[in-house]
Amino acid sequence: MNARHLVRVTVNGVQHQREVEDRLLLSDFLRHELGLTGTHVGCEHGVCGACTVLVDGLPVRACLMLAVEAEGCAIATVEGLAGANDSLNPLQQAFREAHALQCGFCTPGILMTLTAFLRECPSPDEAQIRHALSGHLCRCTGYQHIVDAVQRVASGGGATDKGQR
Amino acid sequence: MTTRQFGMPMPRNEDARLLSGRARFIDDIEPHGVLHAALLRSPYAHARILRIDAAPARARDGVAAVFTAADLGAFWQQAPMVVPPAPIPGLVFHQRTQVPLAKEVVRHVGEPVALVLASSRYLAEDAVADIVVEWEPLPVAAGLEQAVAPAAPRVHDDLDSNVSAWARQTKGDYPAAARAAAHIIRRRIAYDHGCAQPMETRGVLAQWDADAERLTVWDTTQAPIPLRNGLAGLLGLSERQVRVVAPFIGGGFGPKVMMFYPEELLVPWAAIRLRRPVKWIEDRAEHFFATTHERLQIHDAEMALSADGRILGIKDVFLHDNGAYDPYGLTVPIISQCTLLGPYRVPSYDSTFTAVFTNKPTVTPYRGAGRQHGVFVIERLLDIGAHQLGLDPAEIRRRNFLAPEDFPHNHGILYQDFAPLEYDSGNYAPMLQRALELIDYERFRREEQPALRAAGRCVGIAVVCYVEGTGIGPYEGAKVQVQSSGKVSVLTGIGTQGQGHATAFAQIVGDQLGVSAGEIEVITGDTDQFYWGAGTFASRGAVVAGNAVHQAAHAVRQKVLTVAAAHFECAEQDLLIENGRVAVAGVPGHSVSLGELAVLANPVRGAVAAGTEPGLEASSYFGPEIGATASGAHAMIVEVDPDTMMLKVRRYVVAHDCGPLINPLIVEGQIHGGVAQGIGNAFYEHLAFDDEGQLLNASFADYLLPTALEVPRMEITHTETPSPLNPLGLKGVGEAGAIPVGALFAQAIEDALELPRRGVELLEIPLSPCRVWELSRAASPTPPPTGPAR
Repeated sequence: MNARHLVRVTVNGVQHQREVEDRLLLSDFLRHELGLTGTHVGCEHGVCGACTVLVDGLPVRACLMLAVEAEGCAIATVEGLAGANDSLNPLQQAFREAHALQCGFCTPGILMTLTAFLRECPSPDEAQIRHALSGHLCRCTGYQHIVDAVQRVASGGGATDKGQR
Repeated sequence: MTTRQFGMPMPRNEDARLLSGRARFIDDIEPHGVLHAALLRSPYAHARILRIDAAPARARDGVAAVFTAADLGAFWQQAPMVVPPAPIPGLVFHQRTQVPLAKEVVRHVGEPVALVLASSRYLAEDAVADIVVEWEPLPVAAGLEQAVAPAAPRVHDDLDSNVSAWARQTKGDYPAAARAAAHIIRRRIAYDHGCAQPMETRGVLAQWDADAERLTVWDTTQAPIPLRNGLAGLLGLSERQVRVVAPFIGGGFGPKVMMFYPEELLVPWAAIRLRRPVKWIEDRAEHFFATTHERLQIHDAEMALSADGRILGIKDVFLHDNGAYDPYGLTVPIISQCTLLGPYRVPSYDSTFTAVFTNKPTVTPYRGAGRQHGVFVIERLLDIGAHQLGLDPAEIRRRNFLAPEDFPHNHGILYQDFAPLEYDSGNYAPMLQRALELIDYERFRREEQPALRAAGRCVGIAVVCYVEGTGIGPYEGAKVQVQSSGKVSVLTGIGTQGQGHATAFAQIVGDQLGVSAGEIEVITGDTDQFYWGAGTFASRGAVVAGNAVHQAAHAVRQKVLTVAAAHFECAEQDLLIENGRVAVAGVPGHSVSLGELAVLANPVRGAVAAGTEPGLEASSYFGPEIGATASGAHAMIVEVDPDTMMLKVRRYVVAHDCGPLINPLIVEGQIHGGVAQGIGNAFYEHLAFDDEGQLLNASFADYLLPTALEVPRMEITHTETPSPLNPLGLKGVGEAGAIPVGALFAQAIEDALELPRRGVELLEIPLSPCRVWELSRAASPTPPPTGPAR
């Protein structure tokens, strides 16, 4: 049996503490230990970006990080993006208006990357948006409506700070 | 609601849950006490299993059970066919379908050999590594042409060759056409399609309720109802004892309609046997082997052309890589055979295919489902013909289009649905013209391209056309229901994997019942909610289920009017339905809500009138005799870097005709995604197998899905030729975008590098920078200063 370690993290502002195996992936920790299943697992080898979360404000592929490495970190996941009463934040709302998702499986990871990206680059041009998206695979949309959504939210004043704590 | 919702670009009903992480995908469902499955899979493409020792795995802490084929008893059998072969005269077909666990022989890498169930997936995978198997590797039939050679190792040693199927379909008199032809264009053309790679892999979760004697299976299937029916039969249960739920599914694209995958049999069986919930979630590495592919066809094709570039006939003989098993019958090669004819008048056709067993994962339909292969063949032959005749590629297509008065056009051969290949409607010339105008074809050829070439730039333009058989039978059904709260529900049996059914169907119903689409609840993919149906495939969801939904909603509308007219003691024609209420025209204050009418239609005392049904509810079924034929023209301007052969798409234009659009946003999304997959197939994605049947690039690091940097912005224009085959006039659009992209890339890259004039033709897909560089090395170094139009 592999050694177990204490992990203490803050996820979307809520503190959690679990004893886990050292080999447990952060993606599996979030999904199966904490029940935060909005973070999806697409490839488990760090290419597709579906599992992207923010760790201390920066996008991280949760399948390439062990849960024990997150000790003491503040993590933001898709569940923390919406406002009170599940109201969509401006980025989420723009995704809906622009039809930027189809099956929606890759969407949570893309939202997390874009949340960090728009904070760094609030008024991106199309080339910058496409570059920011290039770490994500989407098999449904052809990316165009995602680009449109980002342009829509960028021209409308930028994403909110929700989920970036 | 008086504004028509059909045709409006409405935002989707399903999005809020997906955007906030609340949508439940299969791996998000975790019943108490669930066991996690992992499978031991063959590392060999062809081998005999001499011995399996699972004892070390069974002894590991946390392992509940390990099963091999020997443990399955009578449950071990070849899976039933998904689609039997079409009844073509002279057909040869050898049925060899997959089994739940390989017993004596494995026939492709990744074929499952043992099932481990443990308290976590981590432990289950540990235990898989504990299992000892003694293998005897056997000779491998990997390559398509190699496998069909007389001395090839046999994939199924009870057959005398690797021929899975042979079929010939003809119309007209091709030899006479060839004798009359001014030109015969004859080429060997190879088209290799890749794998679907939905972002969510497959998964199965099963729970047996021993007290209720009911099985619930959650499955990432595109066809929950056939899965329910088949599972019930195989497990010895009644269909009423089995509930299959297709929850939110992260993309399908065809391989998720395949059944029965071994895991779909094993997981429910194990859940019943162990009386514990069992869950298997495919990982991405498994997906490359455990989920079906599409792959190579090699066509020896010839086209007989008149002196003015009219097609007199086509002869084609092709090989189709079927993989190790053939549960899908002739579906993919017969679609290639039929779709090759395109939007053109082809007076004579002689097409023969041989589907070949190989020691590779099984081939089943993936978005396009063989259409790409056929379209590539005819489009390339037309391009070569145009070059030979000095015609513009657009002009040779124009000269061969079927005219509006040619419909319905029966090609005289059988299609995948066993019905005659008959195009219901179409209007191709204006569609091509739209594409050419949008990309400014004439001006680019006349002004921009010469100027850029003079500056040393390698820019090319291309235009290709295609048809897509969509919306085939057998049928779909739907139930529309007004609840006593007034809430309108739509229930249908098809599964949904991102197509926006919860919105498009709501728009159809909303117009009939005067309710905003955003307030209508659409439930798909739960066999307890709707009993009948076939599934989501062949671009048929909107066409077949959409029309069933429309009919059911219309029937409910009639019931609403009947009940309201009795209530107000007025004539039905005096009633208005809007904003969830029924009002008497011109009588203020005389209105009643749909919910109140639903209660009136379901009284607690008194009697329902004879011959009527309680409630405001109706079910309806729609089954078209033949499919509706959609069509499109794609055009592209590309620039190739002559040093690296990397390319940049400067413009990408789609003119598409799928009849009336239910929701333009959704239709455009479908086309965008299809084109993106087509671009992957044309230039980036390649399943690289070696001679031993090993897939050398089974990861996203090596199998290159296009990203936002490779997929260009697309400009889309629609023409609308309604189908006469269904009340809404709909044609499917799900696969459309993906179909012509290989043909478009080949023509555009040839034009950019001026390859035809330099004696090189691109007759294969996928291309890649390396492959274009290799092929173009054979080109004469400098194009002649003048030449034909291209």
